[in-house]
Amino acid sequence: MLQLFKFKGGVKPETHKAPSLQAPIAKAPLPEQLIVPLHQSIGGVPQPLVEVGQHVLKGQRIGAADQWVSAAVHAPTSGTVIAVEPRLAAHPSGLTTASVVIAPDGREEWIDRQPVDYHTLAPERLREHLRDAGVVGLGGAVFPSHAKLSAAKSVPMEELVINGAECEPFMTCDDLLMRERAEEIVRGITVFRDLLEPRKVLIGIEDNKPEALQSMREAVARLGVDFTVTAVPTRYPAGGAKQLIRVLTGKEVPASRRSPEMGVQCFNVATAYTAWRALAFGEPVISRIVTLTGNVETPRNWETLLGTPLGEFIRLGAPKPDTDRYLMGGPMMGFEMPGLEAPLVKASNCIIAGSPALFPPPAPEMPCIRCGACAEACPHELQPFELYWFSRARNFGKTQEYNLFDCIECGCCSYVCPSHIPLVQYFRFAKSEIWARERDKNQADAAKSRFEFRNERDEREKAEKAERLARAAAAKATEKPAAEKPAATVPAEETPPANAPVDADAAKKAAIAAAMERARLQREAAQVKNTDNLSTEQREEIARIDARRARAPAHQAVEQTDVAPPPAQEQ
Amino acid sequence: MLTAILIMALGAVVLGAALGFASIKFKTEGNPLVEKIEAILPQTQCGQCGFAGCKPYAEAIAAGEADINRCPPGGQEGVAKLADLLGREITPLDAEEKPKQLAIIDEHTCIGCTLCIQACPVDAIVGAAKQMHTVVSALCTGCELCVKPCPVECIRMEVIGESLETWKWRYPIFEIKRAS
Repeated sequence: MLQLFKFKGGVKPETHKAPSLQAPIAKAPLPEQLIVPLHQSIGGVPQPLVEVGQHVLKGQRIGAADQWVSAAVHAPTSGTVIAVEPRLAAHPSGLTTASVVIAPDGREEWIDRQPVDYHTLAPERLREHLRDAGVVGLGGAVFPSHAKLSAAKSVPMEELVINGAECEPFMTCDDLLMRERAEEIVRGITVFRDLLEPRKVLIGIEDNKPEALQSMREAVARLGVDFTVTAVPTRYPAGGAKQLIRVLTGKEVPASRRSPEMGVQCFNVATAYTAWRALAFGEPVISRIVTLTGNVETPRNWETLLGTPLGEFIRLGAPKPDTDRYLMGGPMMGFEMPGLEAPLVKASNCIIAGSPALFPPPAPEMPCIRCGACAEACPHELQPFELYWFSRARNFGKTQEYNLFDCIECGCCSYVCPSHIPLVQYFRFAKSEIWARERDKNQADAAKSRFEFRNERDEREKAEKAERLARAAAAKATEKPAAEKPAATVPAEETPPANAPVDADAAKKAAIAAAMERARLQREAAQVKNTDNLSTEQREEIARIDARRARAPAHQAVEQTDVAPPPAQEQ
Repeated sequence: MLTAILIMALGAVVLGAALGFASIKFKTEGNPLVEKIEAILPQTQCGQCGFAGCKPYAEAIAAGEADINRCPPGGQEGVAKLADLLGREITPLDAEEKPKQLAIIDEHTCIGCTLCIQACPVDAIVGAAKQMHTVVSALCTGCELCVKPCPVECIRMEVIGESLETWKWRYPIFEIKRAS
């Protein structure tokens, strides 16, 4: 018998699991329309691979992973793409997200499914295969699984923890999956084991699920693998990754470290199941088990196509008339769905129909009395009351000092608070505020460096141009006195008006005045050189030219207005 | 007596040398206050404060020549941060607070004059003479400096809405029920 450890804190809310456990998993009927968001996992946003009007097959990839931490999305059934556009997302914000809308043709035509023998694949190919099959953590965090399937280089992988705890009230999707499809789960776990090569595989299931425990034990025995199936005490949040690791291995994952650094990795049972389906049957993740429970006539677990609109899904359970909202996820960590058009996604493990009777409106928030109940309940040994004060005062630096980002938003603190303070909401607010500031800061820094670079470049270009012009002028100046021809004076004197427009044009936005100043200096320099020791012949010629210039003032004005004041008078 | 004077003199020489060495060794380039102020400014380089960029404005604030409420992109929050840093009074922003914007070039109207490219302080516009220009939206700071120089008025500013990536949880607010 495995020695179990305890995690600190936690609560024991009423489970409400029985109603949805009465019936086995059923296949949800094909909806009229499927809205498949492209971004269904942590990481990059897959780019759409299909166009409006295109016919797609069931399981066809419609969005390809665009980076390592990202996962592909697939058409849940065969049909026609009727739109690729932003649609309401299954997200508390009520914002839209790029989605592919498919009108099913009802034929359920599969792509050519290619089972793979994973033993023959190189580990990298296997991870790519899982990524392209869209395998992500189905416990609710939707982190791409392939990215978790490499052991840390420095620490040997000791334990692989499989999470079947399902600690959230109301939720029963993992329970039924373990009861009905234990063998496929265990086969999926063997794939993970072969990739990570841990010394032990520990499957943790809360002790309020004896049927699931039984079924998993039988499957392990039948397949002859040495996995340990262990009942863990029922206490919320035993299904949190760090909590389950603590209970099963006694290892405490330090703040801002990841479990592989401690030689542990954790996967959900449903993730193992989908990984096995992807490898042994060539079926990408296009459906999941969703619990429909709460204020409905027939609570049950449904194997539902991803992209099924909430409105069509809830009809399966016949919600009671006083239902006023739908929660996605459990009552502790879930959120209210923004509308009935929002689709079910890979993260949708449970839909709870809520009513004022089931979830009475929260009592008014009272001042914190510093009782410390939240600190006792916190499974991460944080001090929620401190975090609350600092979040409330928008003192975000302090919240980070108190390890705000270790908070898993499990809701234990809000659950026990005698003053009914919605602590988790304050923490979520503080977290997103900090992220936003970080984004702004990074953008400002990038803008600053670009601005500085641009200024530097401008300066350099200006200097280079001035140097070039000076060199040209110097070359000209040395050329002319050397020529020493009587005619040379004429072009020399006419150079300034000819040079000025060149300067002004080239410098454009740069100070015209500076150009004029330069032109004047050049002219003066030229004059000084050429008016010394003039012969009478030259003097006569200059007089003739001046007379000619005086005769045509209008012509000169036209030539020079856009450049500089006519230099004729100065000469 | 003489010993005491010698000891004091020796002490003065040693300490003076140490201080002299430290002033060379640990010399700070530039004004550290300017850097702190600049870190608060949003770096849009828009010039709406009347200075040619964020750094000149920061220098003016540090020199006490400019008010702290002249940066519209920083908003009232920026004013509060500057007031906090400088120990000055929080004053209302001397302009309308605008949401974050993004410049968009109507590529059908653009004649390729490159004037906006020259006006952009952060090199966020790409294009060449007589070629269509476009704004690299990830780099645009929304400073509006490109709008005026455009001879065909093909640049417009669009408010950047919230997306799933930038959405923020709201500050928890609860309605107080009227006591009947």
